[in-house]
Amino acid sequence: MPTRYTFGGDEHLFVECSDEMSLEAFFKSLSMANGVKESGIKGITEICPANASFQIKFNPDVIKPDDVLREVRAIEGAAERAEPVIRTRIVEIPVFYNDPWTHETLMRFRERHQEPSGTDLDYATRINGYGDVEDFVAAHSGSPWFVSMVGFVAGLPFMYQMVERQRQIQVPKYLRPRTDTPRLTVGHGGCFGCIYSVRGAGGYQMFGITPMPIFDPTQTTSYLRDFMVFFRPGDVVKFKPIDRDAYDQAVEDVDKGRFSPPVREVSFDLREFQKDITGYNIRLEGMINGH
Amino acid sequence: MAIKVLHHGLATTVQDLGRPGYFHLGIPLGGAMDRYAMRAANLLVGNEEGAAGLETVFLGPKLEFTEDTLVAVTGAHMPAKVDGVEQPGWTAFPVRAGQTLTFDFLKSGARIYIAVAGGIDVPLALGSRSTYPIGALGGYNGRPLQPGDELPVGVGNGSSEGRSVGEQLRRLPAAPVALRVLPGLYWDRLADEAKQSFFADEWKVAPEADRMGYRFRGGRKLSFIEREQPFGAGSDPSNIVDSCYPYGSIQVPGGTEPIILHRDAVSGGGYFMLGTVISADMDLIGQMQPHTPTRFVEVTMDEALAARTQENARLEALRTSLR
Repeated sequence: MPTRYTFGGDEHLFVECSDEMSLEAFFKSLSMANGVKESGIKGITEICPANASFQIKFNPDVIKPDDVLREVRAIEGAAERAEPVIRTRIVEIPVFYNDPWTHETLMRFRERHQEPSGTDLDYATRINGYGDVEDFVAAHSGSPWFVSMVGFVAGLPFMYQMVERQRQIQVPKYLRPRTDTPRLTVGHGGCFGCIYSVRGAGGYQMFGITPMPIFDPTQTTSYLRDFMVFFRPGDVVKFKPIDRDAYDQAVEDVDKGRFSPPVREVSFDLREFQKDITGYNIRLEGMINGH
Repeated sequence: MAIKVLHHGLATTVQDLGRPGYFHLGIPLGGAMDRYAMRAANLLVGNEEGAAGLETVFLGPKLEFTEDTLVAVTGAHMPAKVDGVEQPGWTAFPVRAGQTLTFDFLKSGARIYIAVAGGIDVPLALGSRSTYPIGALGGYNGRPLQPGDELPVGVGNGSSEGRSVGEQLRRLPAAPVALRVLPGLYWDRLADEAKQSFFADEWKVAPEADRMGYRFRGGRKLSFIEREQPFGAGSDPSNIVDSCYPYGSIQVPGGTEPIILHRDAVSGGGYFMLGTVISADMDLIGQMQPHTPTRFVEVTMDEALAARTQENARLEALRTSLR
């Protein structure tokens, strides 16, 4: 599908690289969004990358909509010719799957769920064809994820797992959205994972919780002092299952300013990745451990 | 100098002209829903247009002032009273130390803007004093005001009372409200009859109308062109692969109730959008009450830009008249 350009009123240009989700569409939209950022086009005030599209906000008093369109189209050609390589970060996020807090919440809103008799994990395990919850968690935490978009609310990452389409985890959202979701819930809706950055309403299935704050407007969390939002589009995330003891320890470490998430700078090459997805992911994961 | 909050009305927040630059991280622009009224209130008391003031919806607060100062109230028609004495709207009036500012009932519009000489001097958060409650960011402790709060106020420039915005420069929506819309985004997902009915039908503002978005009811359900849903888009025909949402964009979950995203918009999600309210009409939405009859009017980009030029001229005239 060719890239589609459309205006959102007189202040936004919306660029859809594909109407379906894929790593290629994500990669193209991120590359183009980065290209627009680097081009420094006068009058562009915001560039928001999304999963398979991105959005530009501009000031029509400074640049005419048709001129924004022409300049961004020109960048599409350059982005297609550029090497499909990005410099990014890989970060390991600890997750306490099947934790008591999301469990309490999902039981409270059971009548809004497709399968009131089990848990969200039971449901996701069954409809994705896994034998038991352990296998499902192994798949969820076994391969890394791209942060394909940051948003909805402050600092919330949408994530797309770096596996072939047939291995993508897919679940519908709740039949009716919940009015409550614990802060730092690890959720999933459609083909996207997420981490709820703040407590609030939500419709994604809930699988677990991370002890690691990802948004802190007070900027007192040790690793959020420079900036209150942890994630950036293009980050690579690897989930690490932890138990209750490790969770409690991590919460205490965060409180005492001792927690620092393992983060490494990496270069990601889409062509190398596509040649050997499993091998590439193993090498990426190795980099977290300093290999 | 401080303002003591004796009562907060229905919902009162500290707002300025917002914090651009963080929408890509899910932190919206925020700021006054009716930016023109906010600018006018500030200019009346001698502030910079982007100084922080208070935005109050439907029901006014009760505020006590610790020192003599200058105040202006713009936006909706909700008469201000100083120790019970009514004050003119869109006009700078003095308030003495120890006096109390209260409000009569709302007569028209939805939101008033209260500017105080020197501006509300809460700390800047990401370059703005606007309150973003979902993120507990900005404003007064990141939340709407409560009784007992004490708002710090900056130092005014010594402007004098009595300055007023002329009637012809005050802007409130007419009834029924006409909101101009540029079709686009996922407009072509709609069936032809839906493209017609959306603009032909009369809609009404639903009770679910706030700084994040305004919901509308009463028009016919919109139908979609049938298709096999793309991978990752979700099963409902109104679903798309989660994308960004422009400010002013109109999403219609399930094809039933249009929602216009406003200053505290969620930055993205999985619902198709049929188009966007033009920038010139965004302020008007902030002055709409529930049940307000509303028509959506289709415009072209050229018409949207012409309307913007007209609003820019109105703002210039306001600045000139208060210089």
